[in-house]
Amino acid sequence: MNEPLLKVTALHKHFGGIAATDNVNLAVEQGQVHAIIGPNGAGKTTLIAQLSGQIRPDSGDIEFAGHSIVRYSMAQRARQGMARSFQITSVVMPMTLLENVMLAVQGSAGHSFRFWAPVSKDRTLMNAAMESLTEVGLDDRATHIAANVSHGEQRQLEVAMALAMKPRMLLLDEPMAGMGKEEGSAMVEILNRLKGKMTILLVEHDMDAVFNMADKLSVLVNGHVIATDSVANIRSNPDVQKAYLGDGHE
Amino acid sequence: MNWLPTTVAARVYALMLLILALAPFIFEWIDQPFYLDLLSRALILGIAVVSLNLILGFGGMVSLGHAAYIGIGAYSVGIASYYDFYNGWLHIALALSVSAGFALLTGAISLRTRGVYFIMITMAFSQMVYFTFLSLEEYGADDGLVIYARSEFPEIISMDSSTSLYYWIFALLLASLFFVYRLVYSRFGRVIVGSRFNEPRMQALGFDTYRYRLTCYVISAMMCSLAGMLLGNFTGFISPDMIGWARSGELIFMVIIGGAATIFGPLVGTIMFVVLEEALSAITVYWHLIFGMLLVALVLFGKGGIHGWLSRLDRKGAEHE
Repeated sequence: MNEPLLKVTALHKHFGGIAATDNVNLAVEQGQVHAIIGPNGAGKTTLIAQLSGQIRPDSGDIEFAGHSIVRYSMAQRARQGMARSFQITSVVMPMTLLENVMLAVQGSAGHSFRFWAPVSKDRTLMNAAMESLTEVGLDDRATHIAANVSHGEQRQLEVAMALAMKPRMLLLDEPMAGMGKEEGSAMVEILNRLKGKMTILLVEHDMDAVFNMADKLSVLVNGHVIATDSVANIRSNPDVQKAYLGDGHE
Repeated sequence: MNWLPTTVAARVYALMLLILALAPFIFEWIDQPFYLDLLSRALILGIAVVSLNLILGFGGMVSLGHAAYIGIGAYSVGIASYYDFYNGWLHIALALSVSAGFALLTGAISLRTRGVYFIMITMAFSQMVYFTFLSLEEYGADDGLVIYARSEFPEIISMDSSTSLYYWIFALLLASLFFVYRLVYSRFGRVIVGSRFNEPRMQALGFDTYRYRLTCYVISAMMCSLAGMLLGNFTGFISPDMIGWARSGELIFMVIIGGAATIFGPLVGTIMFVVLEEALSAITVYWHLIFGMLLVALVLFGKGGIHGWLSRLDRKGAEHE
């Protein structure tokens, strides 16, 4: 049997009296696009923060490629091959797009205790970075300062940085957040191109996008996964309809 | 002739370096040897400020304790000489190793904090150094320690005359400027700068930012200790006064006036600070008042410091054309 790439077992996280993550079990198969959906306040962000190492769970285990990573720092998890994008755009704003992605390449290229050679003459860094920028369609914007490009382009930059790390898994936190229709569809296109080539765990509020893309869906409600199934089955699941799709919601 | 500097800032800096290189001859020519003293002191502080700019400007680590490393460097010369060890290489090795050790220890603790807490804890550690030297009766305590001879180096690079000492200072200053320049644009430097703007992102990219920042802190401290080693030789006297936290505050001011996170800005800021201090104190005994107001004005209106102001001249010029 195929071991899942990411396996989450009985994960718990409480903030005071509130169970933000309540006994979450999750298995992400190699090569699949697995989406986590849920209404606002369902604990999606808390869950992804625990997966990436930003916060520690109270109990439970996270296994990545067969090893428990629950005690690893963010940086260690990144070096294990878990690349994340942030819900709120998080890039180095005063640097150019190229410089941002070069940092990502650097992060996965061994240590950076190299004090002398300028990165601007580092062909290996630059070529790999341009490749990732091309992949998300930002190659012609490479020399622009990150702070000066559109929001949609910053989101694409986030994905380019994650890709540049040559990860085993992409952890995307609402990649479509705050995007207009056009920008959103550009992002969907990028993700569709990655589909099949890479394992992706996607947390998304925008369900229409997810339905088209995901191989598997998990529905998170009040910190608890109420169902994990294929897209078609989730659509017809009465529990999900009640909790998420909402009676009289639309 | 495309090797000539094209921006206003670059031209100013090139001219400044040229003047600094010829300064001993210029001052001899106009018969003002005292100016060389003043400039030597300014450039020694310049090295310290360039080193502080590495962590404060590029790394975003606002240390209010950098003067401690000047003290460690100066006392390395003083205490070694006190026991009749005059070898200059020994002095340098002592300054570098003690400052590295102290920076590693205190940095490892300080860098666990952020913002105001980092400022406070670096200040606390530097005050520890201050009070340690203040209480060491053997080495003069608050009276200070006289250094009777300069560090001994081979004849050809001896620092015995004021001119040769000046060129020691100038050479080490150039070396630190070049070093910082290379460092900032290296892989290491990119991690440091990236961490200043967005540390969580850098961690998500796989960087243990703490280790990089700590390394940077130690490098900066070692550079600063060289300034201290030169200061000990220059003044021939060291006292705890040189390393109090107010001194560290002045260093921060010099970085800000010149322009943090630029290569030459902090050096210009330092020279300006020292010259202004000297000029104003010659005019009136109430010079602190005027000086303070000038500093406030510079910080308020000079966004990006002197370097920022020089860079804006370019843009204005371009608009006129």
